[in-house]
Amino acid sequence: MSPDLPYTRYLAPDGRPLAELPAWADDFNLLTRLYRQMVLTRLFDQKAVALQRTGRIGTYAPTLGQEAIGVAIGSLMQAEDVLVPYYRDTAVQLMRGVCMEEILLYWGGDERGSDFVDPRAARDFPICVPIATQALHACGVATAFKIRGEHRVAVTTCGDGATSKGDFLEALNVAGAWQLPVVFVVNDNQWAISVPRRIQCGAPTLAQKAIGAGIHGEQVDGNDILAVCDRMRQALARARHGKGPVLLECLSYRLGDHTTADDATRYRCAEEVRQAWEEEPVKRLRAFLASQGVWDEGREQALVADCQAEVQRAVESFEAAGVQPLSSVFEHVYARWPSALAEQRETLAERLVRRQGGECHE
Amino acid sequence: MSNGKYTLVEAVNLALHRAMRDDENVVVLGEDVGVNGGVFRATLGLREAFGFKRVLDTPLAETMLAGLSVGMAAQGLRPVVEIQFMGFVYAAMEHLVSHASRLRNRTRGRLSCPMVLRTPMGAGIRAPEHHSESTEALFAHIPGLRVVVPSSPARAYGLLLAAIDDPDPVVFLEPTRLYRMNPQPVADDGRRLPLDSCFTLREGRDLTLVSWGASVHESLQAAAALAERGIDAEVIDVACLKPLDLDTLEASVRKTGRCVIVHEAPKSCAVGAEIAASLYERVLPDLHAPIQRVAAPDIPPPLYRLEQFYLPGTGDILAACETVLDYA
Repeated sequence: MSPDLPYTRYLAPDGRPLAELPAWADDFNLLTRLYRQMVLTRLFDQKAVALQRTGRIGTYAPTLGQEAIGVAIGSLMQAEDVLVPYYRDTAVQLMRGVCMEEILLYWGGDERGSDFVDPRAARDFPICVPIATQALHACGVATAFKIRGEHRVAVTTCGDGATSKGDFLEALNVAGAWQLPVVFVVNDNQWAISVPRRIQCGAPTLAQKAIGAGIHGEQVDGNDILAVCDRMRQALARARHGKGPVLLECLSYRLGDHTTADDATRYRCAEEVRQAWEEEPVKRLRAFLASQGVWDEGREQALVADCQAEVQRAVESFEAAGVQPLSSVFEHVYARWPSALAEQRETLAERLVRRQGGECHE
Repeated sequence: MSNGKYTLVEAVNLALHRAMRDDENVVVLGEDVGVNGGVFRATLGLREAFGFKRVLDTPLAETMLAGLSVGMAAQGLRPVVEIQFMGFVYAAMEHLVSHASRLRNRTRGRLSCPMVLRTPMGAGIRAPEHHSESTEALFAHIPGLRVVVPSSPARAYGLLLAAIDDPDPVVFLEPTRLYRMNPQPVADDGRRLPLDSCFTLREGRDLTLVSWGASVHESLQAAAALAERGIDAEVIDVACLKPLDLDTLEASVRKTGRCVIVHEAPKSCAVGAEIAASLYERVLPDLHAPIQRVAAPDIPPPLYRLEQFYLPGTGDILAACETVLDYA
């Protein structure tokens, strides 16, 4: 039943090469940059969880254990490509130029967090919460590229649970029918909140959903950044040059809770999580770099200190951002607030006055 | 078309040609809209005139159509997507409600969604099951959307051009019962009609008939019958259900003191209820009689043998007019 789809892995969990590495993997400047980005993502992610625990932001979806996938995608997309992410994409968003303050603003309950300032992210979609719907938006973006004859690629991400939704399958179908320049990255992290991968779908792989849509699909070890980079590079080149869409299933593990509102100990055992930590991506790349003589404890300490300082500056900037004025809730519902609804602005302004006047009894 | 006269569906077609000529970002997509020219022929000739890159025959998947349009619009295209019948639009709802209507707001204006979703609406053409819906209230409830229903060829032309121009998502509902009725003169002059105004089709001082879509036709017939009896009815085509031009409705009902609202959607929680409630908030002291609503009952549209009784007819409207006129 299992079609013979490619599966790529270069590094063993202890960082040992398992096969001949791709030529670009001897660029240690590149690899240490990728490593820095993975460490930065993890430290930022830890900080975001801590901010939620202390009530300074709202619910947050941790990206712990997914760093290799996001960093690989972000390092390979061109600035003019468009990212259409889901909600566990801190790693790739940071590489697109979305700043930490913006990510904290978003999860901290402020729409300004999706008003990305960096021009690289100017056309990127904000985080998508309704599962799998973003896959279709990416196909729309890719359709626009195709109509205009542009060599740009739409990259969209989702989790393993999202592949069960009609939106995902309709997206694969139209991408195949029209040979759209789109790359679907499935972060198969084994858990859709409490539902494990084995009861999510009866197919042996999620990548094989590509076959029914007539597009290319393959699997990759999502904890091995060399493997993800290698296959993502191929996928982007393929899509960019009109050779059709790709579905890349990255096998990983959600080391954290689904969100800060979730408690994963209710549905999965400690032993499984302990084993998953053996496979995790940051340690793996660090071990490889150390084995190549380009990384050591001194560099590690300096990097961590540097990244922590960067995260801390972002937190301070986020906390200084202040709240949007209440009137801003009307500013972007329509390009111009309809005069027919003018009265509602006044009603809300009156409500504000009433609350500030201490007349509320909540 | 003959002698500059167009049916409503021909006027839609005329506007689409015009919009695609004027703006290369306008793209038409949907099931059967290309080679076949649409099941109602609303997109006839577009493929030949503007090519397969701008007139897209799509796979048969309404969720996909709406989601694709969101992505295209966010890239600066102006997709005009056809859903073949309103009964099939529900698969597109999530993208309209959770994405199209909110993209501008959630990105503080960084991205927007200038798309138009066109779909035929309404009963009265002896169509099969699921082809006779009037569920406009579902859309009118959603912040960030505009909902437009033309009731004449000229308004179909001017409102559709304005909808395509509009920087925000518009749901454009075309009454099938009017598609091929009474060809009327339409000037292909590119003139847009406002998307936030009612149209007063007939002025009068004795009572106000408020309607939209196909029911405007029966409302005008009722007004003509009343005129023969010396009763002077004002007829207002709401046309834009979201946002609602309450000022025009308020001014009319202040003047007449009597109001009958006519629509073919089921009565409960329909746009007629919103209009009645808003008018009560504004003009209660000026009313000479309770506002009446003439609507379909709260049932699914029956299969076509009984649909004529489901739809409000001229006689039903006249009966409601009697009620407000006779109210002591």
